[in-house]
Amino acid sequence: MQLSRDQLLKAYRQMKIIREFEERLHIDIQTGEIAGFTHLYCGQEAVAVGVCEHLSTDDKIVSTHRGHGHCLAKGCDVDGMMAEIWGSRDGLCKGKGGSMHIADVDKGMLGANGIVGAGAPIAVGAGIAAKIDAKGHVAIAFSGDGACNQGTTFEAMNMAVVTKAACIFVFENNHYSEHTGFEYAVGTNKDIASRAEAFGMKVWRGDGTDFFSVFETMREVLEYVRVPGNGPAAVEFDTERFFGHFEGDPQRYRGPGELDRIRETRDCIKKFRASVTGAGLLTDADIDAVDADVMDAIENAVAKAKAAPRPTPEDVLEDVYISY
Amino acid sequence: MARMMYREAVLSTIAEEMERDPNVVVLGEDVVGGNGTAGGPEAIGGIWSTSAGLYGKFGGDRVIDTPISESAIVGAAAGLALSGKRPVAELMFADFIGVSLDQIWNQIAKFRYMFGGKTKCPAVIRMAWGAGYNAAAQHSQAAHQILTGMPGLKVVMPSTPADVKGLLRTAIRDDDPVIFLEHKALYGVKGEVPDDKDFMIPFGHARLSRAGNDVTIVSTGLLLGFCEAVADKLAAEGIGCDVIDLRTTSPIDEEAILDSVEVTGRLVVVDEAPPRCSLANDICAMVAEKAFASLKAPPLGVNPPHTPVPFARELETAYLPSIPKIEAAVRKVLSYR
Ligand SMILES: Cc1ncc(C[n+]2csc(CCOP(=O)(O)OP(=O)(O)O)c2C)c(N)n1
Ligand SMILES: [Mg+2]
Repeated sequence: MQLSRDQLLKAYRQMKIIREFEERLHIDIQTGEIAGFTHLYCGQEAVAVGVCEHLSTDDKIVSTHRGHGHCLAKGCDVDGMMAEIWGSRDGLCKGKGGSMHIADVDKGMLGANGIVGAGAPIAVGAGIAAKIDAKGHVAIAFSGDGACNQGTTFEAMNMAVVTKAACIFVFENNHYSEHTGFEYAVGTNKDIASRAEAFGMKVWRGDGTDFFSVFETMREVLEYVRVPGNGPAAVEFDTERFFGHFEGDPQRYRGPGELDRIRETRDCIKKFRASVTGAGLLTDADIDAVDADVMDAIENAVAKAKAAPRPTPEDVLEDVYISY
Repeated sequence: MARMMYREAVLSTIAEEMERDPNVVVLGEDVVGGNGTAGGPEAIGGIWSTSAGLYGKFGGDRVIDTPISESAIVGAAAGLALSGKRPVAELMFADFIGVSLDQIWNQIAKFRYMFGGKTKCPAVIRMAWGAGYNAAAQHSQAAHQILTGMPGLKVVMPSTPADVKGLLRTAIRDDDPVIFLEHKALYGVKGEVPDDKDFMIPFGHARLSRAGNDVTIVSTGLLLGFCEAVADKLAAEGIGCDVIDLRTTSPIDEEAILDSVEVTGRLVVVDEAPPRCSLANDICAMVAEKAFASLKAPPLGVNPPHTPVPFARELETAYLPSIPKIEAAVRKVLSYR
């Protein structure tokens, strides 16, 4: 399916905003001003955007500890997210959640999650709700190759099948769970999709470093899951993470030159530009204009986050139903 | 004596026990690290560096990298323990007991009693707990308040490198399941540690870290150091505090607490878990019950509020018991007439 010029520009902007959001965080984290554990999504942008460009706010997603990309792709406010990660009172979660817990339920973003494997069962519930409502909406669980080993993920897949939940398990295989290789930790044929298939689901596979591969694959997956009665599906995208597991990771598990190689040959943003300019769909000038706009947006978000009011001790006791 | 960090005391004790007893086995996520990668094994040696080098020394049969599967990690520890091994399982964060709770609560904790005393379950489940890293609601929690309430478990909470050494050795050699809670903000703290490879600290024996006759302060973990700071400050004013480091919350050294309160008549318990059903409440109630006649003031707990652990620096600081809050509590029990 050929995307319109506007759709292409929007998709590119979404990927680029995630990329620059993360590249900027990587720099700002070194200064020590940002507290907590931050897991950057850089490298995997095509997956979040290729999935979420198909969704409306009535479709739900459940994310992971590496959630910034999913949140941005689902429409979470850039300023609100940056402010949250900086721990400010203006943050999307008032500084209470931080990087690992960004959520915006009104946007259909049911939360990043610090517990690996916690997301898939939640997506099943949202998928059952979608089935009951019968309006063709879906719920999507993003999971990593590490999360696919968690019993909770297995239970979620089986329960989605038996309840015919309108639910899609999107596995982002970036080959690592923290410091451990996917080939060690996943026993089934070095492949995640076949596991999902064994649970009784239709499965797809795609190249998670290629926006068009993700987008086309998801078009088919969604066409299927949006049909009432079809039940869940799963899709595995092969992808890359460009930074360490968390900020500060020495990455001793990487092979020589691996980071340079994946930045060179597996960068979804470079590939997108080459593909659309090569096909004459967009010009370099079009893309440069988006880049400039994105850089401004990020600069602006950081300035606002730094200037935003800090939470006060009294805020600790806000949003509880009882205090002791 | 050797000077080492809290985390080094964990690592060296495990290594010494693995050396001594071939049945000691380590398992957990990334305890080796690098398996199945171009970089090869030993990429990390545990995210807290508490198993670094063990794989090279003892091999993959005894140092087992697991997938992300906490339920199976604790369950496998149970099965290993029932099969003659002495597993030392690591959950990276105490918060992850949530994923493995059945295996902890309904399995390892119950075997000995439920099987009529016919079995032992010598499993150690280690985990990093506590706030102070701005790691937010799912990576900062205390777990002792939940685990101490489970019959069958021994719960250990060392506050110094020497106690890590003595208590972890006791844990590994113990025939019952032991939850070993390592405060993540203490991993880098250094202290003197006995060299003796049989140095052990028995469970249920608290340590008196400051001595005084006016107030009893009971604590453990990161907050113990805060209590010591308060005691040192008040000592300069001529106020004497007994600071009792519990070391283990189950079994608990009631005698040490009661003996102290009989002298001081005043008790403050400083606890990193929220107040309801907490260690602080438990000890205050125990003292009210067993040392009522000695009390000169109502026992007082210092806890965080009844909320999840918040993320932002300002919020986490406000959440945690602090030196000023502990000092205020001590002055409050002192001022009671
Ligand atoms: C229940 C649980 N176990 C362990 C962790 C620690 N942890 C955080 S991320 C992670 C690896 C996750 O790997 P994967 O699912 O592949 O996601 P990726 O980091 O590659 O995005 C681990 C082990 C956790 N947060 N929660
Ligand atoms: Mg991964």
